[in-house]
Amino acid sequence: MTSNKKDPVLVVLQMTGAYDALNTFIPYSDPHYVDYRPNLQIGPDEVLAVDDKVGFHPSMGPIKDMYDQGKVAVLQGIGYPNPNRSHFRSLDIWHTAEPEKTISEGWLGKAIRDLDPNKENILTAVNFGRGLPRALAAPGVSVASVGDITNYGVLTGIEGEDQRGDALDIFARMYAPMIGSGPVSDYLSQTGLDALKGADILTTAPQKYSSSVEYGGSPFAQWLKSIAQVHLADFGTRVLYTGVNPGTFDTHANENITLPKLWGDVTNAIGDFYQDLKEHNANEEVVMLLFTEFGRRVQENGSGTDHGSGGVAFVMGDAVKGGLYGEYPSLEPEKLDSGDLHWNNDFRSTYATLLEQWMGLDANPILGETYEQFDFIK
Amino acid sequence: MANHDIALMGHLMRRAGFGAQYHELEARAAKGYEETVEELLNPTDETHGMDLDLGERYFMEWNHFIRCVPEYTAFRMINSKNQLQEKMMLFWHGILCTADSKTQSYVTSNAELEMLRQDGMGNFRDLLVKISKDPAMIYFLDNCLSHKDAINENYGRELLELFSMGVGMDGQFNYTEDDVKECARAFTGWTIANGIPGQPYGRYPSTFIFNPDDHDDGEKTFLGRTGNFNGEDVIDIICEQPATARFISRHIYDYFVADEAQVPSWMDTPPRDPETIKVLEDEYFRSNYDIRSMLRVLFNSDVFKNARFARIKGPIETVIGTLRLVGEWTTPKPGFEAIFEEMKHMGQEILNPPSVEGWHTGKEWIDGGTLVRRINFVADHVGDVRYPGIQDIIKNLASQGVTISAEGLVEGCLRHLGHYELTEENHRMLVEHAHQSGVSSTDSREFPQQVSEMLQMIVSTKEYLYA
Repeated sequence: MTSNKKDPVLVVLQMTGAYDALNTFIPYSDPHYVDYRPNLQIGPDEVLAVDDKVGFHPSMGPIKDMYDQGKVAVLQGIGYPNPNRSHFRSLDIWHTAEPEKTISEGWLGKAIRDLDPNKENILTAVNFGRGLPRALAAPGVSVASVGDITNYGVLTGIEGEDQRGDALDIFARMYAPMIGSGPVSDYLSQTGLDALKGADILTTAPQKYSSSVEYGGSPFAQWLKSIAQVHLADFGTRVLYTGVNPGTFDTHANENITLPKLWGDVTNAIGDFYQDLKEHNANEEVVMLLFTEFGRRVQENGSGTDHGSGGVAFVMGDAVKGGLYGEYPSLEPEKLDSGDLHWNNDFRSTYATLLEQWMGLDANPILGETYEQFDFIK
Repeated sequence: MANHDIALMGHLMRRAGFGAQYHELEARAAKGYEETVEELLNPTDETHGMDLDLGERYFMEWNHFIRCVPEYTAFRMINSKNQLQEKMMLFWHGILCTADSKTQSYVTSNAELEMLRQDGMGNFRDLLVKISKDPAMIYFLDNCLSHKDAINENYGRELLELFSMGVGMDGQFNYTEDDVKECARAFTGWTIANGIPGQPYGRYPSTFIFNPDDHDDGEKTFLGRTGNFNGEDVIDIICEQPATARFISRHIYDYFVADEAQVPSWMDTPPRDPETIKVLEDEYFRSNYDIRSMLRVLFNSDVFKNARFARIKGPIETVIGTLRLVGEWTTPKPGFEAIFEEMKHMGQEILNPPSVEGWHTGKEWIDGGTLVRRINFVADHVGDVRYPGIQDIIKNLASQGVTISAEGLVEGCLRHLGHYELTEENHRMLVEHAHQSGVSSTDSREFPQQVSEMLQMIVSTKEYLYA
């Protein structure tokens, strides 16, 4: 681990919809790639090559720049046993780190519990988006889930500053725990007061923040900006989570039109975020994980690609030892897994590495067993 | 009409339905409690808002071959006159779970939900047979992959563990691993035609078929009985078990009376109210497994009537109840999807339970994220004076005289929300608040806003999280 002044922070970026691994991190010189992708192939002159075999999608310039600076680990062939090609189920598997059975506790939820066992900080983890991803859920773990940081909190619909102020004042008094009202009522009180307090603290983040970086207008870019604001406000937040809306990367059709735009928006936002951290001298304490629920079919369907398996994920940040990890799955027809890339490294190895080498936690109890770790953390 | 009767009706309609507006509570209370229970149990008004195929003509984005079944289900819960039928559909959907994340065939899921509506208050044995032949279930729990020479135990196990008996009761296991295997053998050959997943050829309704060539007709020993059992024989034996009576009774208690312990702990955690469970168990056997009879006994019991505000509302109850209260989405219009999403963000998505175990209930519905979401959703709706249901409340309160006391405002609002009750301390605080904001005359320009703000304050209380 690097010698941080501050506690290490993990930012998780969920690219819902399943991005096409083959056209994200592209095996551009493999003759099979050209055969499988008559319409959707991206040529050697366009690919942002990292070597003579593979390279980034042309719209992923900002991540390629970070890669060139040695700050991006590419997890090739990432997946899990018996790949599931349902968006919901596969996302669940990534969230719970449990492919065999359905469970409701998330891997980060458990990590948050370990980071803050006595619940000293109600903002140990913050999610930006609609609804809380199961990754962050665990009994007894409270995570603030924010749609819009400038308008976050309870009773935001009450008009008039004075009226809302009065209402919140009464709310706080009404949620005060009462002696002898029982554990459920105490729990509800605590949750209500935490939500109130969390909102009070969180909404100060934008006021404290100033930056020369101008983020794009997409929700994802704005959420990353909020993440920067929360991180820079020094609330002691250790896990920050956001992503794109469900189905965004689900490129069944017109992939060569949508994918460039999506990767452009996403990676520009990531590049801006990194610049923002740098401007505030806060770039060393943040590591990002960017993932999706599964890969897509090797054979295109004409204008798009259908659900497949075997993906690629990225871990980014100053503390990351950049380079290629895992193996690029073979494209030889007989080595495919029913027409899909064959995964070769279990996503829980990446989780274990992040939990243990970056966050300083014991990964074993969180993931249920021991997984071989990478050495992508410096 | 005595306030007591309307308050009791409010309770009944919150439990046996998704709540009702005040004028409906008055009308039902005038009719009588037991009469209303009978009407809920044996509905005569078949109006349920809208048929799915008609809905698809209104909602351009709806097409039940691709999507919209969860949204349609929500729309119907709002508008159906057969409130208990919808409530029982949701009850069984949380127990006899299937998830679209695996089945990926809304057309088949819709058929399942319709079956739960039609048979959810009937004979439990028949319901178990129907769910065992339900194409979505057969696919969801892999019974179509269970073969004579290679059984897949998934359905056999869950049928025992989660659908009928439960793992154990009073500290004892209810069945053995051998029983699971024998159970699974009895269901071999119960499979589907038109395999479910839509891709790549599009979705078609699946149908149940029995394949005698793939059915293991050999001798089986199940729960101590021996014979050449098939699935229906096994269900007969299951239904005779005291464990089944206990399991169903506890579920009914948890859903209609008061929050129970979570299902996985039932083997070792005794029921919260053993006497009421015993009453339900006895009725289960007396009525020959008739769910309707069990519900009748329950709704007419003092235990039920006295269990007001003993359950934390689930997200679906919260969202549907709020929309029924304010009178929104009584007719189709664009934008329903966003409403549907609310339940999901509060932690309960129709046709996507987190696991085959269904949703955990009670305080597990509430965390920092879902609490904020819930309070704001309800407060935003009751705070909008344009909704007909809110206008009615304002009009009703104004019709009682030109002047209104702070106390009168708080009590009037609580009454119109279905006779909610606050702790003395919280009640006092709201009266004080109303007093300070200077409410006095019901014909003032500020009055509507004062009412809606009071409603907002009430729905954000801890007490309002309960039903």
